[in-house]
Amino acid sequence: MAVELAVIFFSMILVDNYVLVQFLGICPFLGVSKRLDSAVGMSLAVTFVMVLATAATWPIQMFLLTPESGAWDMGYLQTIVFILIIAVLVQLLESILKKYIPALYKSLGVYLPLITTNCTILGVTVLNIDNGYNFLESIVCAAGAGIGYLVAMVLFSGVRRRVEEAMPPKCFKDLPITLVAAAMVSLSFMGFGGIVENIFGV
Amino acid sequence: MNMILMAVILVTVIGLIGAIILVMASIVMYVPVDERVEQITGVLAGANCGACGCAGCADYAKSIVEEGNAINKCIPGGAKTASAIAEIMGVEAGSMTPMKAVVACSGTCEKTSKRYTFEGISSCQAVKGLYGGDGACQYGCLGYGDCTRACAFDAIHIVDGIAKVDREKCTGCGACAAACPNHVIEVVPEHKRKPVVLCQNKDKGTQTRKACSAGCIGCMKCAKACPKQAITVENNVAYIDQEKCVGCQLCVKECPVGVIHVPANM
Repeated sequence: MAVELAVIFFSMILVDNYVLVQFLGICPFLGVSKRLDSAVGMSLAVTFVMVLATAATWPIQMFLLTPESGAWDMGYLQTIVFILIIAVLVQLLESILKKYIPALYKSLGVYLPLITTNCTILGVTVLNIDNGYNFLESIVCAAGAGIGYLVAMVLFSGVRRRVEEAMPPKCFKDLPITLVAAAMVSLSFMGFGGIVENIFGV
Repeated sequence: MNMILMAVILVTVIGLIGAIILVMASIVMYVPVDERVEQITGVLAGANCGACGCAGCADYAKSIVEEGNAINKCIPGGAKTASAIAEIMGVEAGSMTPMKAVVACSGTCEKTSKRYTFEGISSCQAVKGLYGGDGACQYGCLGYGDCTRACAFDAIHIVDGIAKVDREKCTGCGACAAACPNHVIEVVPEHKRKPVVLCQNKDKGTQTRKACSAGCIGCMKCAKACPKQAITVENNVAYIDQEKCVGCQLCVKECPVGVIHVPANM
């Protein structure tokens, strides 16, 4: 059991990294990775919301949309219901933080509303269902996806600093060279293919 | 039909529950915010330049309302912002002279030359670290645009080898002055007639002359011409006291190398 969870956790970070391998959440990946501290802030907020959103959406899918008794099947409502749940959750989280943990609210402040429309959150909740994970596996998978996001952001903010200081040809300035750099980082993550299966011998 | 109805009801119910939770949360977890803070944040320049000494516009607005900070510290916003804040706070606005950045260097590409060819990172900071810069004059503008990158208002650019301030766009926040490793940029009160010496070369006249044809040689002509004794020559470079200056511009006519200019008319 523990091995299975570890496999899920580490393959979410290295092999199936949401940003660099599955190409979800590219927009904040490029937008917020300019500085290390904001990259870390955004990633921690994403991890937090991912775990919470998974904890909220998994039961809804299992008991409300597609109950095991087979009384009805409304799996096609998954996308719209999940978006609704995530939006409510983020709003709720924001007001809770504002009231009780103002320091955390201040540091996450800008990123929390951004997360509402972040496709990685929806992606992780939907893929958990598609992969047929149970509740615990889903939570571990969400946490792994969040940490993977953090790894990608931190790595890329380092790459980005070097890119900012370089002098690329004018046609590559700013966004194009950043995209090329992102492609390289993504390519390097392809090298992790199969590593988790071999380490844990699954 | 039954399925459609069911789906509609399901989504509506989830939406309603979500709405109720959010409304309850907003009532239970209401955090009182002084609305003046938001109003003041609205009238501030919004560039988060830090010229007021606070960590950003929102922070400055907060410190005005809660700690009684002075209301005329927003340099980019100028007198307009100060009076807008005064209206919100219900106090008198202090007077404000607009401040603008001035690049105290006239060494354009044709006036001065390079000592060596620099091929490193395009940054003044970097070139300054290599034998004090690549210019023949080690006091002047390096021309690699650290100020351009520091400016939040797109008001300073490298033109003809030296930084040039866009008088219209400049707000006098001083971000460029802080970024310049040679301290060539000064923020001075903008005046239509008062001139500034646009050179900082502290070498002796002959040496200055060799490095740059538009360098202050410390000849004292301006100091002698000044009717108000506003000009002093220290370390071989002239300095005009803006307080004493009356804007007669006799020094501008006297200067043999033509480095005294009125920034507002450039």
